[in-house]
Amino acid sequence: MDGIHDMGGMHGFGKVEPEKDEPVFHAAWEGHVLALQRAMRYADAFTIDQSRAAIEELPPDVYLSSSYYKRWALKLENLVVALGLAGTDEIKTGHALRPGKTLKRKLNAADVPNSLTRGSFARPAQAPARFKAGDRVRTKNIHPVTHTRLPRYARGRVGVVEAIRGCHVFPDTVAIGKGEHPQWLYTVLFEARELWGENADASLKVSIEAFEPYLEPA
Amino acid sequence: MQLRVRALETVLAEKGYIDPAALDLIIEAYETKVGPHNGARVVAKAWSDPAFKRALIEDASKAVVALGLLNRIGDHLIAVENTPKLHNMIVCTLCSCYPWEVLGLPPVWYKSAPYRSRAVNDPRGVLADFGVTLPPGTDIRVWDSTAETRFIVLPMRPAGTAGWSEDKLAALVTRDSMIGTGLPKNPNEVA
Repeated sequence: MDGIHDMGGMHGFGKVEPEKDEPVFHAAWEGHVLALQRAMRYADAFTIDQSRAAIEELPPDVYLSSSYYKRWALKLENLVVALGLAGTDEIKTGHALRPGKTLKRKLNAADVPNSLTRGSFARPAQAPARFKAGDRVRTKNIHPVTHTRLPRYARGRVGVVEAIRGCHVFPDTVAIGKGEHPQWLYTVLFEARELWGENADASLKVSIEAFEPYLEPA
Repeated sequence: MQLRVRALETVLAEKGYIDPAALDLIIEAYETKVGPHNGARVVAKAWSDPAFKRALIEDASKAVVALGLLNRIGDHLIAVENTPKLHNMIVCTLCSCYPWEVLGLPPVWYKSAPYRSRAVNDPRGVLADFGVTLPPGTDIRVWDSTAETRFIVLPMRPAGTAGWSEDKLAALVTRDSMIGTGLPKNPNEVA
């Protein structure tokens, strides 16, 4: 979706302000939100792209005015309700009022060390790769109202395939419960002038990781 | 937010989805075990061992696992090398994708609107915010992490470090130098 989360190239957000000696978490609840997310993902309650889509669907004013982990907390509340894993009445009262559903597995303390690694998103190829390194490609001019990983600034632009990264779960379908539909993934490199116009920095190149359905020959 | 998150956690625990004891261990791991010190070991090894560096550039996931610093690592880690002519910078314009296994959790600025919006069209301006100016003639390459591939920058080994041990070299490697918003420390700072 063309949401506020798709920030590449926007103006007006000001300077980057690194925090000196930044703590891992700025409040205890932030750690709990992170851990809840990890534990629910381990249970396969939702996919990473369902999770991202739920953040993208927060109202833009809420997105911009909430801290990172607050966004995660709001997203988790919305997602467990949307998936029927808990009711708004339960979240409001802070207690389960009905039994839970059965999830794939449950993260126990003993499993935590091995749960810290991301799972693989690579899948067997469904077809030969359409492009190879060195091919000129144009990204499609698409504006799906649902989740996509093709950023706005890189739509309808000509770039060069730099590398093939294997065949991966396709975010655009898995996010809306329509299956993994594995797609070839490419690193596609653009001149800054192709993305930002003739006055752009000639010494700058930007790449995206593009799934094959985002691309056509150029 | 403390109460609101506690309420959510209680509901999910009572529903049988999560174990609060596991949550505490996850928090502890991210506070103490997973962090940029892991990435710094990888960079120091690459600076010291040309064969490891080649393996790292070839397949970073495989090379880092072989190093044995971490029990497991994700499948899609890619190391990108800085040279005198090219400086790399990592961003995720759409959310906050970041190589957790080697760098830990991302800092707030990495996830912020200013960084995500500007890294792809004004990386030199972003570098200026960090007090970094690249030598003239250095091109910039920005990697937008729009899929499940994850990137770590292999910064250039500072001059004046010949004969240094990997431990001593690792002390030069900052988190930001592995994101591309910083450079390694000056050898004088740790000597």
